[in-house]
Amino acid sequence: MSWTIENYDRLLIALWEHIQLVGVGLAIALAIGLPLGVLSARRPGFALVVLLVSGALYTVPALAIFALLIPYLGLGFWPAIVALVAYALLIIIRNVATGLQEISPDVLDAADGMGYGRWRRLFAIELPLALPVIIAGIRITVVTQVSVATVAAFINAGGLGDIIFQGITQDFGEKVVAGAVVTSALAILCDESLRRVELRLRANQAEHA
Amino acid sequence: MTGWIAANPSIFLGALENHLWLTGVALSAVLLIALPLGLLLTRHRGFANAAIALVNILRTIPSLALLVIMLPLLGTGFLPSVVALTLYGLPALLLNTYTGLTEVDADIVEAARGQGFSDAQVMTRIEIPLALPVIFAGIRTAAVQIVSAATLAAFIGGGGLGELITAGMANFNFPQLIAGAVAVAGLALFVEVAFALLERLMTRQLRLGAS
Repeated sequence: MSWTIENYDRLLIALWEHIQLVGVGLAIALAIGLPLGVLSARRPGFALVVLLVSGALYTVPALAIFALLIPYLGLGFWPAIVALVAYALLIIIRNVATGLQEISPDVLDAADGMGYGRWRRLFAIELPLALPVIIAGIRITVVTQVSVATVAAFINAGGLGDIIFQGITQDFGEKVVAGAVVTSALAILCDESLRRVELRLRANQAEHA
Repeated sequence: MTGWIAANPSIFLGALENHLWLTGVALSAVLLIALPLGLLLTRHRGFANAAIALVNILRTIPSLALLVIMLPLLGTGFLPSVVALTLYGLPALLLNTYTGLTEVDADIVEAARGQGFSDAQVMTRIEIPLALPVIFAGIRTAAVQIVSAATLAAFIGGGGLGELITAGMANFNFPQLIAGAVAVAGLALFVEVAFALLERLMTRQLRLGAS
């Protein structure tokens, strides 16, 4: 434990870098995925194409995506972000589309009858109702991104993977384990807190229904 | 990239072969553990909740973390890689086996018992066939997860196609790096599509059998 205690500041910096990778990756993925998800819910043909492309991206192993990006984007933070966004798209688009499609047509009819326009209906009625399913998607996305961001250290993007890789090169078991345990703890913490948000949202909606 | 493969066929094929061994052995271990364990959990529901909570935590652990935690426990090489990959693929199949079996309509099971089916008959003729599509979806997820995570086995000396990527990076041999990346991406997509087709074929067979 001595290394961990003496170098807790290095672990914290790596943790912060890791959170930045996931945070920026998630924000960009949401900015792209939300509109594409809304569009997919409206147009089944478009949904098929988007889900096929993002599904293929999702299947490619993280290390392979990072390696393939090197000739085009080089090393560092931003190439890692590109890969993190690529991974997130499938789940966000799919869950936004599913969440919107699961809304009862009666609710939409009622909104139309009350004179809601298309955009107002989307933002005031549809997206709030789809929120639990969207949050469920964000939860899977964040857990996946915490995992993929660990491998991002391979292309010098920093984060907790850096501690792990340093430990492997230096043949220093404690450092490897410290990096792995903090990464796992971060993933478990994100998963559990987002699960609670999702449950609370569902409970709220059930109460109002 | 193809030039590198043509110039180094034995290195490439060795890495591919090792990748397939890692995946094959880990997936077999997952099947051997998850299928009976999933079935067992449906018979002990009280125990099942605790087990599922545990498996949900295991599912959340990043693949690289799971692999490198093996280093101090089991050292480097093939065995620690297979153990980590087995743990990584296990949750998908275990959860689907359990869910698939518990979702079988209780009325159908009751009707079968009424017709004099024994416990073993109910299990092999009713529960397992009806749960099979969900179970198979779990096998597919586990297979894709394992083939993908096996790329990271290179970091703990487990070999596989990931080694072409790590060695290519270490020696600034970009054709080798790209060859490894394209091969492993192709392999993962192949496994995904192959299992999806198998799944569709099987579901159709089951439906034909039922009608």
